[in-house]
Amino acid sequence: MLTSWFPPDVSTTGFWVDRLFFIALSLTGAAFLLVAGILVWCLLRYRERPGHQASYTHGDSPLARWLTIGFAVFIFFAIDLNLAFHDHKAWGRTWGSPPDPKEALRIQIMPEQFAWNIRYAGPDGVFRTADDVTTLNQLYVPVHRPVIVQLSSKDVIHSFFLPNLRIKMDAVPGLVTSLYFQATKPGTYDIACAEHCGFGHYRMRGLLTVEPEEEFETWLKAQAKEGPPDLSWGWDWNV
Amino acid sequence: MFKYLFSTNHKVIALQYLFTGIFWLAFGGILVLLIRWQLAYPWQPIPLIGKFLFPESGGAVTPEAYPMLFTMHGGIMVFFAITPILLGALGNYTIPLEVGARDMAFPRLNMLSYWLLFLGSILMIVSFFVPGGAAGSGWTIYAPLSSSTEVSPGLGQDLFILGLALDAVSILMGGINYITTIIQLRAPGLTLRRLPLTQWGLFFSAILNTLWLPIVAAALFMVLCDRRLGTAFFVAGPLAPREGGQVLLYQHLFWGFGHPEVYILIFPVWGLVGDLLSVFSRKPAFGYKATVLSMLTITILSGIVWGHHMFTSGMNPLVGKAFVFLTISISVPTAIFFFNWLATLRRGSIRLTVPMLFALGVVFVFAVGGLTGLFLALRTFDVYVHGTYFVVGHFHYTLAASVLFGAFAFIYFWFPKMFGRQMNERMGRWHFGLSFVSLNMVFSVMMFVGLHGHMRRIADATAYEFLKPIQPLNVFLGWAVLGMVASQLLFFYNFFRSLRGGTPAPANPWEAGSLVWTVSSPPPWHNYETPPVVTCGPHEYSVPRLKGKDWLAQTDVRAATLGKS
Repeated sequence: MLTSWFPPDVSTTGFWVDRLFFIALSLTGAAFLLVAGILVWCLLRYRERPGHQASYTHGDSPLARWLTIGFAVFIFFAIDLNLAFHDHKAWGRTWGSPPDPKEALRIQIMPEQFAWNIRYAGPDGVFRTADDVTTLNQLYVPVHRPVIVQLSSKDVIHSFFLPNLRIKMDAVPGLVTSLYFQATKPGTYDIACAEHCGFGHYRMRGLLTVEPEEEFETWLKAQAKEGPPDLSWGWDWNV
Repeated sequence: MFKYLFSTNHKVIALQYLFTGIFWLAFGGILVLLIRWQLAYPWQPIPLIGKFLFPESGGAVTPEAYPMLFTMHGGIMVFFAITPILLGALGNYTIPLEVGARDMAFPRLNMLSYWLLFLGSILMIVSFFVPGGAAGSGWTIYAPLSSSTEVSPGLGQDLFILGLALDAVSILMGGINYITTIIQLRAPGLTLRRLPLTQWGLFFSAILNTLWLPIVAAALFMVLCDRRLGTAFFVAGPLAPREGGQVLLYQHLFWGFGHPEVYILIFPVWGLVGDLLSVFSRKPAFGYKATVLSMLTITILSGIVWGHHMFTSGMNPLVGKAFVFLTISISVPTAIFFFNWLATLRRGSIRLTVPMLFALGVVFVFAVGGLTGLFLALRTFDVYVHGTYFVVGHFHYTLAASVLFGAFAFIYFWFPKMFGRQMNERMGRWHFGLSFVSLNMVFSVMMFVGLHGHMRRIADATAYEFLKPIQPLNVFLGWAVLGMVASQLLFFYNFFRSLRGGTPAPANPWEAGSLVWTVSSPPPWHNYETPPVVTCGPHEYSVPRLKGKDWLAQTDVRAATLGKS
């Protein structure tokens, strides 16, 4: 059963996204009720009937002109600037507060039709070296630790989407884009592709596993023993 | 026969556009049923027609076919259904008649523009039958999915792009014709301030056409060059045959056109709604000048907001902030529109005819569509719902619900003039009521599943754990869409039956004031024997001290003595 507007939020920043939605919903909801209310009221009150005569006005009197301008100014300040302010604030708390790269876990992801290639730097902290750890569709991150992801693409545009963390960024061939997040609750969550990338778009699903720091380290070491990493892709971190 | 087929007469061409548009509207509607069936019951055989459409899979939609369905649905509805009806038919039919001209400024160009659209239509049909099937890149034709033959080798993709490019050239030529006709061929006395609002809508729409259609046409030809001539404009990374391509460049070019396109389609509707609210409230359009200035403002703003389609594209975040602000500023002129519409209704004497119902429907659904656009303008929220059904629901409220209601208002209102017969009023009311209810159910639920993160263009939501709880809503949507499409049968039946069987229409069945309603229904071949002399604006209803009737035709000589502008 659906009991909420959004899927469960397991991030430090998703709150700001959801909050912005409810602010926008209340402001636009009020505007909508006003329009719909006046519309219905006019239809009830001013229907054609015997003895009723429409008033003759072009609405170009100085009073009408000032009312229009006043209304426009009101909309601009009450809705537009208000929303822009809240968006600015929410952006600052989410995309505008990057974590310190030294403390964060750094990951490179290079999707292809229709899978996610994922790369950890390994013990040396340098990407595209022999001690890297690469996986397919399996993204493991420690809980409560900031994660920075760099994205590019092997073929067409894909979009890296974590619905439970309210973030998304396109993976564009020829470019390196990035996003960051911090998960707050252990568990497994969906990774989805949000940009149409071909006939297999619907099944381009990955799994995000959030677990305590020690378990994550254990997993990373076990992965390193699985075999040599895929060195066919990857890039220097500071591109 | 030849006279009607290859005619340069604007009314014949308008009807050609109308019938072409109605054909594609029905076609695009059938595609929707297949799409929603697949989403409601993934990979299940489609009842009745499935075996004929997908014989190799036993009647079920295949993963390869699904992108073709939504690509063709989008491309067809935007470029071959809505555009021909609202620009082609509404524009061609009404402009010369409403400005008091005998025809368009360039009748041969007009004919050419229809036949380019026709050629494009043929390409669209053929593309379904070539090896590899129809295009599957999405109607936005994002490169490099569309531009690289390694990932989309089919000839169908080329034909789709070429078809849209032909359509773009056709619309561009139409736009030049509309602008010239409205500027040059107005009857004596018909100053710009006496134009019906519909003509203002078509005028600004045509200006946007001439500015932006060349850009998308160029972008489409560049995609074709990438596909077949070995260039690399829009491809980069491992797939690129050579260095130097820019993937995001395509998106900038496409949305540079793509956002104005929304207004290209909605302006004629806004104008029409302004006129209809005035006619059927028996009251002059409130704030005519403010309405026109608002359209002018949006014409300018629409060209500088395209970046709000690209908040997740990797575009510079600082640029993003400017796009947020510019985008939400559009709500100011839009709000003035609503203010004027509601003020026109207030203290009117409202007649709820079928065209009026659809005009009021536009006011309602565009309120929803416009206001939900504000959510998407907020980039912090947009990055979450980008590429989800929230976007799909939003743009269907504006581009499907509002624009289609506008198209229906146009057809119901102009049908008596175009064919000399009336459409059935009662059936029209049922058509409106059923469409209104079903369409709101469909598009609002779409936005709701979008809030849950449901990605657009996926063939099967059950593949994802986080989407499992909302699968029942996909089933609901399937049936609601079926109801919405089925309601349109009432329209098709009413339309085609009334062509021959409707009651004959008088010259002015709606007691409307603009020029066209002074000539017979249908109008003479060359509209006006002598140029009409215009004495007042198009919205002179409930004029005080007027005896016998409550309105003035635009040619009424009493306007001067009654002191009306």
